[in-house]
Amino acid sequence: MKNKFFTIFLLLLASTCFNSCGDDNDLDTEYLKKEALEQYADLVLANYEDSYNTALTLKLGIEGLLATPIYVAFEFCKTAWLDAREPYGQTEAFRFYGGPIDNATGPEGLMNAWPMDENFIDYVQGQPSAGLINNPAAQPVIDKQVLVGLNEILSETAIFTGWHAIEFLLWGQDLSPIGPGTRPYTDYIVGAGGTAANQDRRKQYLQVTGDLLLEHIAQVRDEWKTNGAYRQEFLNNKTSGEAMGLIFFGLKEFTITELAGERMFVAIDVQDQEHEHSCFSDNTVNDLKMNLLGIKNVYFGIYTKTDGSTVSGRSFSEIVKIIDPKKDDEVRAAFADAEAKINAIPEPFDQTILNNTPAITICIDALKVLGGRLEAAGKAIGAEF
Amino acid sequence: MRPLFFILFALFLYTACKDNEPSGLAVTESDEQYSGGQNATTFDFGQNAFGGQANGLTSEQEGFFVTGNSFFRSNWITAPASVQSLDGLGPIFNAISCGSCHFKDGRAKPPGTPDQALNGLLFRLSIPGTDANGGPLADPVYGGQLQDKAILNVENEAHVRVSYQEIAGQYNDGSAFSLRQPLYEFVDLKYGAFAAGSMFSPRIAPQMPGLGLLEIIPEADIIAFADENDSDQNGISGKANQVWNAELQQLVLGRFGWKANQPNLTQQTAGAFNGDLGITSSLFPQDHLSPTQQQQYPNTPNGGAPEISDEIFRKVVHYTQALAVPARREHDDATVLRGKFLFQQINCSGCHRPSMSTGSNGEIAALHHQKIWPYTDLLLHDMGSSLADGRPDFLASGTEWRTAPLWGIGLIQTVNGHSFLLHDGRARNIEEAILWHGGEAEKSRDAFKKLSKADRDALIKFVSSL
Repeated sequence: MKNKFFTIFLLLLASTCFNSCGDDNDLDTEYLKKEALEQYADLVLANYEDSYNTALTLKLGIEGLLATPIYVAFEFCKTAWLDAREPYGQTEAFRFYGGPIDNATGPEGLMNAWPMDENFIDYVQGQPSAGLINNPAAQPVIDKQVLVGLNEILSETAIFTGWHAIEFLLWGQDLSPIGPGTRPYTDYIVGAGGTAANQDRRKQYLQVTGDLLLEHIAQVRDEWKTNGAYRQEFLNNKTSGEAMGLIFFGLKEFTITELAGERMFVAIDVQDQEHEHSCFSDNTVNDLKMNLLGIKNVYFGIYTKTDGSTVSGRSFSEIVKIIDPKKDDEVRAAFADAEAKINAIPEPFDQTILNNTPAITICIDALKVLGGRLEAAGKAIGAEF
Repeated sequence: MRPLFFILFALFLYTACKDNEPSGLAVTESDEQYSGGQNATTFDFGQNAFGGQANGLTSEQEGFFVTGNSFFRSNWITAPASVQSLDGLGPIFNAISCGSCHFKDGRAKPPGTPDQALNGLLFRLSIPGTDANGGPLADPVYGGQLQDKAILNVENEAHVRVSYQEIAGQYNDGSAFSLRQPLYEFVDLKYGAFAAGSMFSPRIAPQMPGLGLLEIIPEADIIAFADENDSDQNGISGKANQVWNAELQQLVLGRFGWKANQPNLTQQTAGAFNGDLGITSSLFPQDHLSPTQQQQYPNTPNGGAPEISDEIFRKVVHYTQALAVPARREHDDATVLRGKFLFQQINCSGCHRPSMSTGSNGEIAALHHQKIWPYTDLLLHDMGSSLADGRPDFLASGTEWRTAPLWGIGLIQTVNGHSFLLHDGRARNIEEAILWHGGEAEKSRDAFKKLSKADRDALIKFVSSL
């Protein structure tokens, strides 16, 4: 009798302990979640800072080219563009939840709209007088106001500015089955030695698009600064469930709908060689790698800056591991799988679209799995979406 | 004695019921929250509420949906371009993508000020008479639609300045309201004046969900609901439009468009690609240029013949067919049920027919045999002189419009950030849209104006829950 009573007492004690342990666990993870959200904001800022700095190098390169249009200056610009795409590609993991990059006033469309109406900007094969550059009568002045205004007149989605406009102005149309576009640097020489017409207007166009790109990145970066309006709102006025909901919803959308769907499935389904994002420079595979790396950064709470240093701290992965370790293992495995498959896509992407669709199909499947597991892991730690 | 007593008792009951009516509630009906039926209803009530995919698609159809979505959203660009699958825009056009007007598969808003560019509002044009197929006779210079945009080195057709005039009105309880009447001024007519007697009709881009369901409602069911001569004398007629089917080369029932002037989604989509974007397809292989413009621009670049391939076109059509409808929100809320009761009582439901069932034609088996709740009869009704465009469209007269489906209406604000309604976006919200109703809907509108504030709010809350 006494023993029985004692057993019940022990059981009660154990259950009380279990309950209170559970509560402690919730409190602990709530604290961890706040830390992970702070870390998210820090890495977003660091990533946009890198993006700004590399775009600044590009802008300075453009200024050098415009002052001294020589081959090395032109090649410097192209390298700077490719370098700048690396951090920017990672920032795309911060899209798809109405944050500063793509809310109603966000500049995403002005920076990254695709496809770009190259014919509206400059000459194309067989049409030496095409484009705004070659039509002073249609548009005497090329400045920021004009280019941004055109977007608003023709549609709310932009086609005349941003990464791919600059890419076109540096590489020209990709008419080669194996390599990127081959625009000559002499397109920027006014007078003797110059190629194509209206070089002064082409220079103007390149300068304006370079300046605008930098301004737009700065606009988003500033929102994430320590005293930035969005960061304040994000960290202070949302519950951890809401803020994580935005992050994980964005990751899932980016992984499944955008990467697996829009950028891979559609490209192979349509079988259009240039249905790829960086079609002038043939940088698409690298874009995809950077996109996946961006998703990884968010989940593991770590960002490697362009100078090699890292910004790291509390990660969502650690919290998932505490609450549901199996789900963290599953996400890790899915990352490894997707990464291996994207790394194995043969370059250039435009040839793979036509000749090796299975190499892309397996990536699509891997990304779909990853997106689904990220969603499950996010929801396991209380992300609300 | 007994029969008399029974009759008296029945009368008593009837009166009692009548007395109870002001506070009457409708009942919830089985599965009415599944607006798009069991398969084509989405429970996403966020910004993507109109972009969800119906359940039960085959994996091939799911692939169509992804690619169709991409070509619905992507910008079309001037030919020749590197991205050949997306070139061929214009030469004149209203929009550079489907999604720029149907943003997030949603509804466009009209310009708020005269200087604002049109973005989702277009103008159909015609002159008196009919064309060889019984449709509107296009303006000889501007064609059947005004394109306010153009590719570089081609003149657009005109700009339209939109302004509004406030019209004061009053409810029977004395409280005031104001409606805004749109005024259109056509300026910078680049190809000369409109032809004599020309007519125009403003049309706003509506939300997309559930179109594939409406496409396969059996024709007999729609026609059975028509009552062209108002034989039941309830003041509501309901007329089926008969429109040209370009593929079959014959007149068939019209279902889509503000005047039910399109027979199916294939033709609606091909027509929009052609008229709105300047993209040719197998169905409409010529760019939308009038003979005058063809002379002026004999050699504008094109993006292939046709500019959208049959395969991609088919996928875009499939996408428009497979968009699911958002489920009802708060369908069992007491105020909503009160509103539902009033909706029936003042006979809004006379035209906004709550429910129908789909048939079994069409490629997407998942859409077959679904009980759906679109709140439309797909028929034409005289809506009175205030809403009239004065421009006939096949059998639709200048005062007739197709009953607009109401499903999804409460989520336009969430998806598109506005609440503008009616064919030209003049109504700023559901309340104003109701107050614009005239013609066959005049009785219902007057009954709405007689309701108490609480009941008007309940009715609006019900409509918002659709």
